[in-house]
Amino acid sequence: MSLARAGHRPRPPRIDAALAALALAVVAAALLAAASGAVRIPLGDVLRLLWPGAAQADDTLWRNVLVDIRLPRVLLALVAGAALAICGAALQALFRNPLAEPGLVGITAGGSLGAVCAIVLTQGGFAMVAPAAFAGSLLATACAYLLGRRAPGMAGLLLAGIAINTVAGSLIGLLTYLASDTQLRDLTFWSMGSLAGANWRLLAFLGPWTLLWSLWLLRQWRLMNALLLGEREAQHLGFALASVRRRLVVATALIVGPLVAATGGIAFVGLVVPHLVRMTLGADHRRLLPASLLAGALALVLADWLARVAVVPAELPIGLVTSLVGGPFFLWLLARGRRF
Amino acid sequence: MQRMRTGLAALLLAGCGAGSGTAAAQVRVVTLGGSVTEIVYALGQGDRLVGDDLSSLYPEAATQLPRVGYYRAVPVEGVLALKPDLVLASEQAGPPDAIRRLGEVGVRVRTVSDQPTVQSLHRRITEIAQALGAADAGQRLAASVDQELRAVQALPASGASALLIMNRTGTPLGAGADTAAALVLRLAGLRNVLDSQQGYKPLSAEAIGALAPQVVVVTQASVAASGGLDKLRALPGLAGTPAAANDCFVVMDDLLALGTGPRLPQAVRQLKETACVAGARRTSAQAATH
Repeated sequence: MSLARAGHRPRPPRIDAALAALALAVVAAALLAAASGAVRIPLGDVLRLLWPGAAQADDTLWRNVLVDIRLPRVLLALVAGAALAICGAALQALFRNPLAEPGLVGITAGGSLGAVCAIVLTQGGFAMVAPAAFAGSLLATACAYLLGRRAPGMAGLLLAGIAINTVAGSLIGLLTYLASDTQLRDLTFWSMGSLAGANWRLLAFLGPWTLLWSLWLLRQWRLMNALLLGEREAQHLGFALASVRRRLVVATALIVGPLVAATGGIAFVGLVVPHLVRMTLGADHRRLLPASLLAGALALVLADWLARVAVVPAELPIGLVTSLVGGPFFLWLLARGRRF
Repeated sequence: MQRMRTGLAALLLAGCGAGSGTAAAQVRVVTLGGSVTEIVYALGQGDRLVGDDLSSLYPEAATQLPRVGYYRAVPVEGVLALKPDLVLASEQAGPPDAIRRLGEVGVRVRTVSDQPTVQSLHRRITEIAQALGAADAGQRLAASVDQELRAVQALPASGASALLIMNRTGTPLGAGADTAAALVLRLAGLRNVLDSQQGYKPLSAEAIGALAPQVVVVTQASVAASGGLDKLRALPGLAGTPAAANDCFVVMDDLLALGTGPRLPQAVRQLKETACVAGARRTSAQAATH
């Protein structure tokens, strides 16, 4: 099951050594993540337990831990990492800006605002959080897009996104002030992100959904390469920028929105992974996009693994791990003074 | 593998013989929630604990156990790794999904009442004692808590105005109604000046000045976070209160003040027996006659 998903390669133009190596690394990391955790299950037993019918009666605990708790989590990490990174790569191309990431057009802030509203204002509890976060992220992105469209070029969308982020941030602050002690703690943990909510029902939706839109994004590599030359040049090459821009923003919102709803805020994967790939494989989007997809999955699987095993039997919030590792790494990128 | 099998055997054994004395002796228990842990120790069952959470600060032994993190963000696998037969969870423990999954995987999960009221404390003691097969010890503990509470309530109450403050981040938080702190203040016969607010609320310097409490209660962790009692006392707002004028700052152990545990009578007693608290009424009465 995990092998099939993790090893998926979205039809590269040719068999590419770097992509193949990345895919292998993803599979290896997924196996490592599935084989280790607070409850110790030897690697050999992991494979045996996954073999249908091979489980014995006294394997119940291991099987439950592996199948119901750990595997969904590893798969969610794969899906979430892949989605965040490919969206980051797409938005960096679209904005022609190295700082672009899914949060920039308000997806994350809108999602957080929706979640915080659900936690503080409704009595629905946890059941309301995910739908509200999804609605919030789409709404915020729509606002950013509609308002930003009025200004020429990408600057309008960029500025509108920043403004939406600020407004959402201050509304979150206001709701935080109104929150009770218990709500406050729920809110803090939500904002630091977690993959602990993973289950098969969630994956049955998120997996195919993310895959579908990621495949669509992968096919836009020609446009993104054209945008490297400049907006006007891309237009001269025959791309209808206005409509393309709308479709790309909608696609990223549709991918990342449900993800934010399911996992909370996971920082830096969408920003740093595409940069890393660009530095090693170059800026050709035909390779950059699939490589970002794989590298994002790899990064988040490893981050979640670290979050789970670092302070056993407790657990770190994954947003904390990604920004703890991602933040300094980003600073290092800047300090090296490399041009992007 | 072998260890896992024995763990599983113990689990089955506990499932069959729940409540019987011999099986209970081998039960491995994980507690989620500071006052739940405290009650397990108070019942004399502390040696069964194999893990607890970060809010379990008392007694000292509780802080030496493996911690599964904060009880509002419980990791399922982390708890399972301790191979518990029984998880005693405060009803505030979460996320709900994690608690439910623990049960689904086959661990016995007992959720116990956890509200800032004396009734809830009573129920919690009884529920924990039953789950541990120590109903007698539970009855004794509940009875002694009752008896001590009656004893401290018989002490004279000053009726002075009081404010409980936490200061961990630089912005003082005051305890409003429906908090464990409000219960302690009420039982001690003090008037909570922040009764009109629900839960813990950030207080501005001006607001503290306007509330003019005669007694300020602070938790130990807050004193430490503020860099000592002197620095805390000098905070703008606090410095101008009657409490500062009379030097009436009471420092309490965090879990004692905020946990509503079996030491609740002790918390009430500490407040009532602090000289300036007991004397506060006289000053207010004097102020009234002027």
